[in-house]
Amino acid sequence: MSWLHFAVFTPFLFTLFVPLLNKSFRRVHTGWFVLIIPLLLFVYFLGYFPLDPAMAPVIHSIPWIPSLDIHFTLHLDGLALLLLLIITGIGALVVLYSIYYMSMEREALHNFYIYLLLFMGAMLGIVLSDNLLVLYVFWEMTSVSSFLLIAYWYQRGRSRYGAQKSMLITISGGFAMLLGFLMLYTASGTLSVRELIAMSGQLSEHGLFLPAMLLVLLGAFTKSAQFPFHIWLPDAMEAPTPISAYLHSATMVKAGVYLVARLTPVFGGNIEWFGIITTVGAITLFWGSFMAIRQTDLKALLAYSTISQLGLIMCLLGIGSNALNADYSEQALLFSGAALAAIFHLFNHSIFKGCLFMVIGILDHETGTRDIRKLGGLMGIMPVSFTLTVIGGLSMAGLPPFSGFLSKEMFFTGVLTAARNMNDWLVVLPIVAWVASILTFVYCLILVFRTFTGKYQPERLDKTPHEAPIGMLIPPGVLALLVIVFFFIPNVVGASLLRPAMHSILPQLVEDGGTFDVHISAWHGFNMELAMTAGIIALGSLLYIYLKKWSGIYDNLPRRFTLNSLYDSGLNSIERASLRFTNTYMTGFLAHYLSYIFIIMICLTGGTLLGQGVFALNMENNSEIAPYEYVLGISMVIAAVFVVFSTSRLMSIIAVGAVGYIVSLMFVLFRAPDLALTQLVVETITTALFLLCFYYLPKMRRELTRLRFKLSSLVISLGVGISLTLIGLSVQDHNLFEPIKSYFENSYQLAGAKNIVNAILVDFRAFDTMLEIVVLFTAGIGVYNLIKLRQARRNEK
Amino acid sequence: MKFTDVILQTSAKILVFIILTFSIYVLFAGHNNPGGGFIGGLITASALVLLYIAFDVKTVHEILPIDFKIVGAVGLMIALLTGIGSLVVDEPFLSQTFWYEDLPLFGKTELTTALVFDLGVYLAVVGTTMTIILSIGEDE
Repeated sequence: MSWLHFAVFTPFLFTLFVPLLNKSFRRVHTGWFVLIIPLLLFVYFLGYFPLDPAMAPVIHSIPWIPSLDIHFTLHLDGLALLLLLIITGIGALVVLYSIYYMSMEREALHNFYIYLLLFMGAMLGIVLSDNLLVLYVFWEMTSVSSFLLIAYWYQRGRSRYGAQKSMLITISGGFAMLLGFLMLYTASGTLSVRELIAMSGQLSEHGLFLPAMLLVLLGAFTKSAQFPFHIWLPDAMEAPTPISAYLHSATMVKAGVYLVARLTPVFGGNIEWFGIITTVGAITLFWGSFMAIRQTDLKALLAYSTISQLGLIMCLLGIGSNALNADYSEQALLFSGAALAAIFHLFNHSIFKGCLFMVIGILDHETGTRDIRKLGGLMGIMPVSFTLTVIGGLSMAGLPPFSGFLSKEMFFTGVLTAARNMNDWLVVLPIVAWVASILTFVYCLILVFRTFTGKYQPERLDKTPHEAPIGMLIPPGVLALLVIVFFFIPNVVGASLLRPAMHSILPQLVEDGGTFDVHISAWHGFNMELAMTAGIIALGSLLYIYLKKWSGIYDNLPRRFTLNSLYDSGLNSIERASLRFTNTYMTGFLAHYLSYIFIIMICLTGGTLLGQGVFALNMENNSEIAPYEYVLGISMVIAAVFVVFSTSRLMSIIAVGAVGYIVSLMFVLFRAPDLALTQLVVETITTALFLLCFYYLPKMRRELTRLRFKLSSLVISLGVGISLTLIGLSVQDHNLFEPIKSYFENSYQLAGAKNIVNAILVDFRAFDTMLEIVVLFTAGIGVYNLIKLRQARRNEK
Repeated sequence: MKFTDVILQTSAKILVFIILTFSIYVLFAGHNNPGGGFIGGLITASALVLLYIAFDVKTVHEILPIDFKIVGAVGLMIALLTGIGSLVVDEPFLSQTFWYEDLPLFGKTELTTALVFDLGVYLAVVGTTMTIILSIGEDE
């Protein structure tokens, strides 16, 4: 196991200590202990920095399930390192922030930090995995930890609703993705991303290539909240704000983007890949920014803005993938600029959006509301928060001197490249991008000015606002500082982080040992991009000033036919349908359940017997049947017949017991003392249990005495009896499996045991036994719960 | 439903000990003679059931204040830990081993890790059986 593996496991291992630390150090906020983990990991991953792009990636592998081709292979390259630093760096800041945000007295902190660490570990796993199935496992783990974190305040209905929604949408996408991975495996015979990249050329000829691509994209789009799957993200805002800043803006929602970037060398260069990603990205970009303006809750505004920005990144990745397209090999470098813009914006967005979420959290914390209509005039009261919001907001709007300006300009270059070099109708792309950017500018202004300027309304706030404690201001402050610093030194980031990442996204372009020319600058002269930015500022300001005049168009949006109502009604009808279906067979009537079990048993065993044609009657080697065996057999039959015809339950129970005891006598006769002993004790205990239950059984139902019921029961019981008898008779003539007699002969040498039954149970097949007692105990706990829950319900009444 | 059956109670007091002793013998003898954790567990459970039938649940609970859910869980834990133990010495999960040792009183005795595992099975069976029977029996 390498240090890299250990780094991925560290957050998981530390979760074991969180409850202990929380319990033993009541006076210390648990967050201080947890903070160590992301800090250490950040420093560790910084040790790989700066990665030489020409160097081979760091690879460590341990076999996990080698027989299924599943190896726990970790693979650290430029793209992975970029995300690792975001995950651990912002993770550390978020934990620091949460120490001041989450109350030590009121909140269940250990749960919070355990979920957070689970998420962090899973995210590291996604980014580092080379094996697709390992990646999938971590992928779903982030969905689960996100579910737990959204439902952290599970007492609130909205939290539960949001958690369920995000879970259902992202996990269904995850399943689709799994299917896509399996198709890729079928097509290529490998699960390793590196090997897939190496054979991407032949792969695109395969029939499963396109379906696999679509399914994988479905997973990426649901995770990264792309239209029309974006509806879960606004509802996920019910999570505590540190979580929204971490999972739902900086890291988890980037997983889909990461997957698209990671698989670009496999799928990129196909026109479908470009078409789907760019179209979905552009729609998401526009729709997110359009809907953000309408929001009155600041976090919902940020959620829609995140959706829009993720769309932007997706759209750029789609354009960038054209660099691998053979038709555009001459413009490959131009297109690769779009991919560079995508990862640069991914980096910037994590920073400024993290900062904005943290500031909104401060506002919520200090004023008690996030409603934009109640806030206003806070500039004088919270000057630091105001400054941070201005920096984050204007970076998002794409203004200098903030890093968002740089990636926004590169974004325009990217869409213009697509429009100039590809089809003519793609001119729609820069237009959509431009309109969406104007809308983005408008909601950034709303975010900054509606909150901090205007009329101060203390009577509408729950608390008297004041500036947040210094510990809460440091994390967003650090991020805001980075936003400015990166504006002035973008090429330091470009050369050390983005260039190695580019090598991972478009490896085919640099196969001959070249490298990407990563040069980011704020000033390109008077060109189209600058004109677009100027237009955004002019039109955006006008739209903001006259917002009241045109915001009426939102009232024209359909209210009944929204994606959310589609989701809700879809979920309702699925629930109703499954309830109806379940009710058809879950009758609450034990006789029905038994008949299902027996019918299935007859079909399986009897069907196999007939289907395989293995019935054989071979009596040659049988010994004589002794007279007392006849006696035992006949009395067993009599007892069994008595069970059916007796009118009293008590007598039936006793007769069933008699059958059991005679069977154990048979075992004694056939020299199977272990079986005899077991049967005897089981019989005793079940009879006691029967007598206990007997007291609570309802009166014999009339249905039981009806002729039709009796006849069908007769058929079923005859079926079971006949099929089992036939199997018993046929057994002697067949040797379907390797005989296990070697165990019989060697049990003393192998296990030191003379009792071979026991040796099989506890030594040779100990794993079976262990799972059996697990099942047994689970069933016991099940019975306990059923009965105790019934009691609790009765006590409530 | 409270009743006092003197004959049943008196004989139960003696029988329970005989059955319990036998069940422990069965547990240990299992390696070389008929028996083992599963049967031993069931026999112990039947002894306890006899006790509960002869006296009522409350009385037995006073002299035997055991939560059988925990007994079952402890049994599972033991079984699992013997499995993990073999991982520590770099053997596949749940590999068993045995050796011979001279013990005071017993003389040369065979010691096996399988017996520890069997003890886990024993406790799991007792715990589960009693949990089921008691939850049904206590239900009013």
